[in-house]
Amino acid sequence: MNTDSNCQFDALKYRADFPIFSQKMNGKKLVYLDSAASTQKPRQVVEAMMDLYYKYYANIHRGVYQLSQKTTDAYEGVRTIVKEYINANSAEEIIFTRGATESLNLIAHSYGKVHIKEGDEIIVSEMEHHANIVPWQQLCKETGAILRYIPFDDNGELILEEYEKMLTNKTKIVSVVHISNSLGTINPIKYIFAKAKEVGAVTVMDASQSIQHVKVDVQDLGADFLVFSGHKIYGPTGIGVLWGRMPLLKTMQPYQTGGDMIKAVSFERTLFADVPGIFEAGTQNIEGAIGLGSAINYVNSIGLENIAKYEHYLLEYANAKVAEIPQVKVIGTAKEKASLISFILEDIHPHDVGTILDKCGVAVRTGQHCTEPTMKHFGITATTRASFAFYNTIDDINVFIESLKQVIETFE
Amino acid sequence: MSEINELYQEIILDHNKHPRNWGKIEHNALHSEGFNPLCGDRLDLYLKFEDGKVQDISFEANGCAISKASASIMTSMVKGKTIKEIEEISHQFHDIITKGCEHIDEIDEELEVFCGVKDYPSRVKCASLAWHTLNDVIKKETKE
Repeated sequence: MNTDSNCQFDALKYRADFPIFSQKMNGKKLVYLDSAASTQKPRQVVEAMMDLYYKYYANIHRGVYQLSQKTTDAYEGVRTIVKEYINANSAEEIIFTRGATESLNLIAHSYGKVHIKEGDEIIVSEMEHHANIVPWQQLCKETGAILRYIPFDDNGELILEEYEKMLTNKTKIVSVVHISNSLGTINPIKYIFAKAKEVGAVTVMDASQSIQHVKVDVQDLGADFLVFSGHKIYGPTGIGVLWGRMPLLKTMQPYQTGGDMIKAVSFERTLFADVPGIFEAGTQNIEGAIGLGSAINYVNSIGLENIAKYEHYLLEYANAKVAEIPQVKVIGTAKEKASLISFILEDIHPHDVGTILDKCGVAVRTGQHCTEPTMKHFGITATTRASFAFYNTIDDINVFIESLKQVIETFE
Repeated sequence: MSEINELYQEIILDHNKHPRNWGKIEHNALHSEGFNPLCGDRLDLYLKFEDGKVQDISFEANGCAISKASASIMTSMVKGKTIKEIEEISHQFHDIITKGCEHIDEIDEELEVFCGVKDYPSRVKCASLAWHTLNDVIKKETKE
């Protein structure tokens, strides 16, 4: 059964770009519902990386020979692809990291340690991924700054009145997740950042769960920094992006030091390279960057608006189907949600759910999703999370729902 | 469904629903906490020794069916046993969950339900949580 044509989006056509879906899981069709943890990779991305190694690989920023120049051009060209994708001011504002986690650590270290002093305040939300909590906790421990948390209600929506009460001239950084990985909430980031600007705070946006689903325009949203991981937007692992406004980036100290981030080194002193080179010490993840560029091109070729519309259609369908199973309690019921459903089943632990779903060929995430404080809010230790991407189909959701019924049957 | 039932046998489901030896032992009991950070499983184990044998044992847990059933079966098995006897059972249990049952000649009947766990590497820790916690409690006894 395939009713995907309802949405005039040819999911099967794009699904064919992903070789993994020709595999069987326990003799069954693979129903991959864990794209929020990591997306599968299209042929185009893998081929771009193969091309690099088979046809023109050399180290970047070094050789005067043609291969090195070609690799350097490809690597540097990805900055422009990212710049256009998020509407940054210049390609030099794009810094490559290992992922969103490293990007956040880089901000905390290289911006935080230069600008944050005792008594300053940093605001994050209670629904952050651990990666947007722990680096700030460490920074606060080292500087004597104070970390505050925006609470959220039982639907999983941030309580903005509480946030506004927190804002004072002591607030120096507001770092908030755009889309929650465990609840699916799309936060009103533009409003949150506008309020932060009123007190002169710097705004940091964790776009790990939004960059692959909705249009992210850093100018429109009022961000000063943005982070995301390549592997969540159909690119390879081990590559991520930190974007920052150039005037801020220029005030920051290096994150790591060594080769390729310098202008001149003597035994007495070192002259650092300009942004972005100053933040990219050592030989970089060249294949990762090239894979990421190819992934963004791939997403652009489908069109982010088409993707968002289709994924929303999948979410609505899944919501309706899940609502028909009385034992399911959905965790995270915000009005604005991205394409994931986090839930618990009465008396059945998420790990038992996950194991049985796996036997049915359905891959979901179970656990606390690196958001222990979020779980605590609901008085639970774990959920099962099904997340959808454009390569999923209505049939995938039907298999998921039938499998869920088998789980309940097993435990009856 | 048959593959699912390999792991989730009737006995496991029954112990999950009606765990034996559930609750606290209030007075003079040894106590240890077991924790599985991967899935957030948590287990409180209470134990009383008398004349070198387990006189009473109980537990409370927040976890999956495998970990709860394992704790329930374990507490039933070790009651009245000496530390040495417990070590033997524990050894067999770990052998079963990591290597399966084919290579073992004589299996404790109660442990047979865990023969399939080895095929679920991510669940081995769920099954062994109770036994690790028991090991911890026993260490407290032998230290005293």
